[in-house]
Amino acid sequence: MRRFLLALALMAGAAAPAPAEPLGERLAPCLACHGADGRSATPDVPSLGGQPADYLITQLYQFRENQRTAPPMNEMAAGLSDDDLRAFADEIAKLPPPRPEGAGPETALVQRARALVGRHQCNSCHGADLAGRDAIPRIRGQREDYLLKALAGYKSNARPGYDPAMNEVAQGLSEADIRDLAAFLSRS
Amino acid sequence: MPINRSRGLRAALAGAVLAAALPGASAQQQPGGAPTPGSAPAAPATTAAPAATQDRGSALYGRPESGEAAKLAPIAAPPLPAPAAKLPVDRLKVPPGFKVEVFASGVANARSLRQGDQGTVFAGTRLLDRVYAIRDTGDKREVKVIASKLHRPNGLAFHKGALYVAELSKIWRFDDIEAHLDAPPKPVLVYDDLPKDEAHGWKFIAIGPDDKLYVPVGAPGNIQMPPDTHAQIRRMNLDGSGVEVVASGVRNTVGFDWNPATKQLWFTDNGRDWVSEDIPEDELNVLREPGKQHFGFPFCHQGTFTDPEYGWGRSCADFTPPAALLGAHTAALGLRFYTGSQFPDSYRNAIFVARHGSWNRTRKLGGDVVAVKLGPDGKVASVDPFLTGFLDDNRYLGRPVDVLVAKDGSLLVSDDYNGAIYRISYQP
Repeated sequence: MRRFLLALALMAGAAAPAPAEPLGERLAPCLACHGADGRSATPDVPSLGGQPADYLITQLYQFRENQRTAPPMNEMAAGLSDDDLRAFADEIAKLPPPRPEGAGPETALVQRARALVGRHQCNSCHGADLAGRDAIPRIRGQREDYLLKALAGYKSNARPGYDPAMNEVAQGLSEADIRDLAAFLSRS
Repeated sequence: MPINRSRGLRAALAGAVLAAALPGASAQQQPGGAPTPGSAPAAPATTAAPAATQDRGSALYGRPESGEAAKLAPIAAPPLPAPAAKLPVDRLKVPPGFKVEVFASGVANARSLRQGDQGTVFAGTRLLDRVYAIRDTGDKREVKVIASKLHRPNGLAFHKGALYVAELSKIWRFDDIEAHLDAPPKPVLVYDDLPKDEAHGWKFIAIGPDDKLYVPVGAPGNIQMPPDTHAQIRRMNLDGSGVEVVASGVRNTVGFDWNPATKQLWFTDNGRDWVSEDIPEDELNVLREPGKQHFGFPFCHQGTFTDPEYGWGRSCADFTPPAALLGAHTAALGLRFYTGSQFPDSYRNAIFVARHGSWNRTRKLGGDVVAVKLGPDGKVASVDPFLTGFLDDNRYLGRPVDVLVAKDGSLLVSDDYNGAIYRISYQP
């Protein structure tokens, strides 16, 4: 119930909590949607478990500066100082990585997705195990609906990457490719 | 000091020894700090992916499928600037008699530099959305954002009171900017007939002694046959009319300036990735006959090396060779001729080139500013390190992007990794 109320407060456009509160309390509204155990149960909202702190900072920064539009995050980040961004990112980075969704991917999907991962060089930045590093996010075990939205946003340039790498790569993805990658990554 | 060990850094004309292998290309971990939290669960066997044909046009096209190459990836600068106290200025080295200090901090992602007639220093950005103005108010320098909500506003030019700002695919003009830093005017659109490719889409721009605006369009990926609209430098009237292509076969230049003596355009060009740790080297080129020269891409690299895929049936002799080579994958970016009078005479009309530093090498190279000196014949006589110390144990403490000869004759250097600008002065 508490989570639900917090989520409601977010929807109503509550600004970031006052800095005087302890970090744990300030993070509560974040985790209400993103999941206190690192795994989001909220549609379209990404799991943050296992994300590198540098990646979290770039996204919080982009929300604060309206370089990436994703309500209610822009409003949530609006009042944060640079030190807040660092503190939030460091704390959120401690969340455990999410377990994959559902059963493992089926064989045919794995084959198609591995070919896509190879062709588009996903490992080059996201790492051999697709767990991310530095300012590059963990993508394995992420929510499927969020991955679909993120890849489509990069392809259409509706979501400008902090670094343009994903906008470049996504140009070569078909809608079917995006579906396969999202299904595979979320189950891996 | 990798630069001193680098036999790759030399004023080599076409015919240079390609085997100038850089020492120390041993396997070295990518900088990554602590291991990524929670990467423990069994990995999907993506590394065992079948060798798939890579898509042309991708920045990663050409990369070997596995091994050490797979550890290399571009390095993104952080969005938050380093605090002034944490800048690596004490680690930086300049030749005897020169001094390096912090000119401005808190300039997150500072990239291209320009100075206005009244002394304001402007800085563009690539990863953020803003352009800065830095004013010297006596004992301190005030950094303010004069434009935001721009898409990769990397390129700047200043001409007759107006600041020109190049986004990825649009060029704007802010008139009489120095009189309106607190409330900048609405910009005037100068030119937007530009591709929207993200790959090599950010721009360096400049206005030449011919009072024309020079705008590069990079290749839309690592290595491919570029469309007619790409891999070139265009010039146009200051209102965006009269566009012509002045240089072709240019993969990606992010810095150019005009030789004060000859009025010829000198520009850096970043070589392709993934052929080898040690080739091709980035180029320093001279445009002698606007509209008539082809600088090689994608057929010939560094003036001496035909591309393994696109070079067949071609000869490097068919293309304009570079005036100098600037090291493999060093990301030679901004350059300026030294036109000030503060530095010793030997630097007059020398070229300072900022090398952002490699990502496409196991052993990093660059991350410095080099001084290129020309001989009496106007050809490159030497390339020497000038500002070093950013590269420490194969990690970057900072990454130089652009240089600017300030009105007082000092040299400003932007560092997009720390969000800072340094000032180098000469005090014998």
